[in-house]
Amino acid sequence: MNIPYNLPDASGHFGPYGGVFVAETLITALDELKRAYAEARRDPAFQAELEYELEHYVGRPSPVYHARRWSDALGGAQIYLKREDLNHTGAHKINNCVGQAMLARRMGKPRIIAETGAGQHGVAAATVAARYGMECVVYMGSEDIRRQAANVYRMKLLGASVVSVESGSRTLKDALNEAMRDWVTNVSNTFYIIGTVAGPHPYPMMVRDFQSVIGRESILQMPKHCGRQPDAVIACVGGGSNAMGIFYPYIPFPDVRLIGVEAAGDGIETGRHAASLTAGRPGVLHGNRTYLLQNEDGQILETHSISAGLDYPGVGPEHAWLKDSGRAEYVCIDDAEALDAFHKLCRLEGIIPALESSHALAYAARLAPTLSRNKVLLVNLSGRGDKDMHTVAEKSGISF
Amino acid sequence: MSRIRIIFERLRAQGGKALIPFITAGDPSPALTVPLMHTLVDAGADIIELGVPFSDPMADGPTIQRASERALANGIGLRQVFGQVAHFREKNRDTPIVLMGYANPIESMGMDAFVDAAAKSGVDGVLVVDYPPEESEKFTATMKAGAIDPIFLLAPTSTPERIARVAAQASGYVYYVSLKGVTGATALDIGAVAARIPEIRAATGVPVGVGFGIRDAATAGEVSKTADAVVVGSRIIEEIELSAPDEVLSRVRALVAGLREGIDAVAGKAR
Repeated sequence: MNIPYNLPDASGHFGPYGGVFVAETLITALDELKRAYAEARRDPAFQAELEYELEHYVGRPSPVYHARRWSDALGGAQIYLKREDLNHTGAHKINNCVGQAMLARRMGKPRIIAETGAGQHGVAAATVAARYGMECVVYMGSEDIRRQAANVYRMKLLGASVVSVESGSRTLKDALNEAMRDWVTNVSNTFYIIGTVAGPHPYPMMVRDFQSVIGRESILQMPKHCGRQPDAVIACVGGGSNAMGIFYPYIPFPDVRLIGVEAAGDGIETGRHAASLTAGRPGVLHGNRTYLLQNEDGQILETHSISAGLDYPGVGPEHAWLKDSGRAEYVCIDDAEALDAFHKLCRLEGIIPALESSHALAYAARLAPTLSRNKVLLVNLSGRGDKDMHTVAEKSGISF
Repeated sequence: MSRIRIIFERLRAQGGKALIPFITAGDPSPALTVPLMHTLVDAGADIIELGVPFSDPMADGPTIQRASERALANGIGLRQVFGQVAHFREKNRDTPIVLMGYANPIESMGMDAFVDAAAKSGVDGVLVVDYPPEESEKFTATMKAGAIDPIFLLAPTSTPERIARVAAQASGYVYYVSLKGVTGATALDIGAVAARIPEIRAATGVPVGVGFGIRDAATAGEVSKTADAVVVGSRIIEEIELSAPDEVLSRVRALVAGLREGIDAVAGKAR
């Protein structure tokens, strides 16, 4: 019953998507990274150390939790949560950062750089840099710095320098541009830890591989809870790393629906959203071909979402392929619905979810009542919401 | 014979080297772009690199980023750039125009429509920063069919295998990025650049232009000792930024004329 799936191809393509769309200066660095990663992937010592770090430093495996009260309140399918919020640093981002930092050390690169939107990837990168004794520089849009002050302070406590990016829309995409500029300048001693399944090959594949521990654990955990695999796996999609992490191991299971949830912001019709797969068209940005939010001249549009982590005009190329091939479905949830799900989970389950993850929760809440009680939904709860206190309070008219 | 080839053959016969200034189309204002192009030619430009503005110019430093943002604020996209090139061609049939920009505006327009419009407006070459040879074989073939030269980048980090790969597709000239970094950086090492040029010229069989980090006449002259062409971008954009609207043309003319002198002094010839 398993369907073989072996993308990307050797040159990093998922059908027409992905690839290596970068300036010549970076090509040699990407070739070097590709070789180093291929070796590390085959090296049992690297894999054993990664496993050890994930267990003892990150706190894996993360549990799967049956959200009974919330499921009962919704009156349909049973909702299970994959608790990535319980990881060290509070989100799935650390899974990838541990892997890439170990690779940086193996390649002899003493300096790491990262881009961040919500700050979760920046915190995770700063964390592993401290853990492995590396210099760390995090690029962050000035607009995001304003929205995520607590995470900025966390990064600084961990010893990272946070560089405020003032160009373009001053959000995640601009932070990525600036990190690329740093990398091209300091390519000999610097490892760029990209936080999502985007960027030039091998990043989309490598980040997916490091994150796929989420789905591999789920495949072992779900039968213990309900005797089988879920009917649908639901995850939020900005760049799409938590979604690829849980989707990828499930791709060969044809009976498991894969549902990615994009940010509809103020609503798709307002143009103030971040739903590239729903409302974008293919193009080239940040080293890969994928769906992009762009105007008719091919200029990249500014995006909006209540969650900084979803506020990105592109999406990982493998999601573009999964959409076109029909293997995954992509839907969207607006700010208000995400906030509603956020509050429901707080009150009914005693779990404060990240606003990013709240988009996936909101779609589960929409879907569950349409299904019978014996159906099972697995939602990737990709991060905890402590970082979002400020944003949520502001929405309720409260300031600290 | 292409306009780019004519220029390099003439210069070779004369013992001269090419000066290639870069400006961003639509910066500082759309009305000044064509007059600026003519001014560049009057001041001694052999080829003009015309930047197509893009919202996310990953390979550019702050100066060209600002130029790009100003041009976008002025409403300039690919269609307007073709209009400016066609306008320039009304008075100038000889100076090659090379468009320099990023892949997405081209992908958005569609490859065939892009090449068609480029050829019709009088574009001679196209350099797409984020189209390395392995991702642009079809685009390169389409451009060559439209008699437009695909210009590729080479970098200090390029291996002999990479150089060979670029050589297989390049025509017109290749653009050697003189340093590890973004446009407008200041760490140019002339000795290191000079050491790479002969290898690249021999391997590619096309002239080698050098750019990134060339900021004055003396450096332009030094680089022209080994390179076939010298590309200057950020320094010109800075001059535009420092100029009041009515002095943009005169100040750019003086700057570019100085670069020309720097190059010609080394070649030991009066132009």
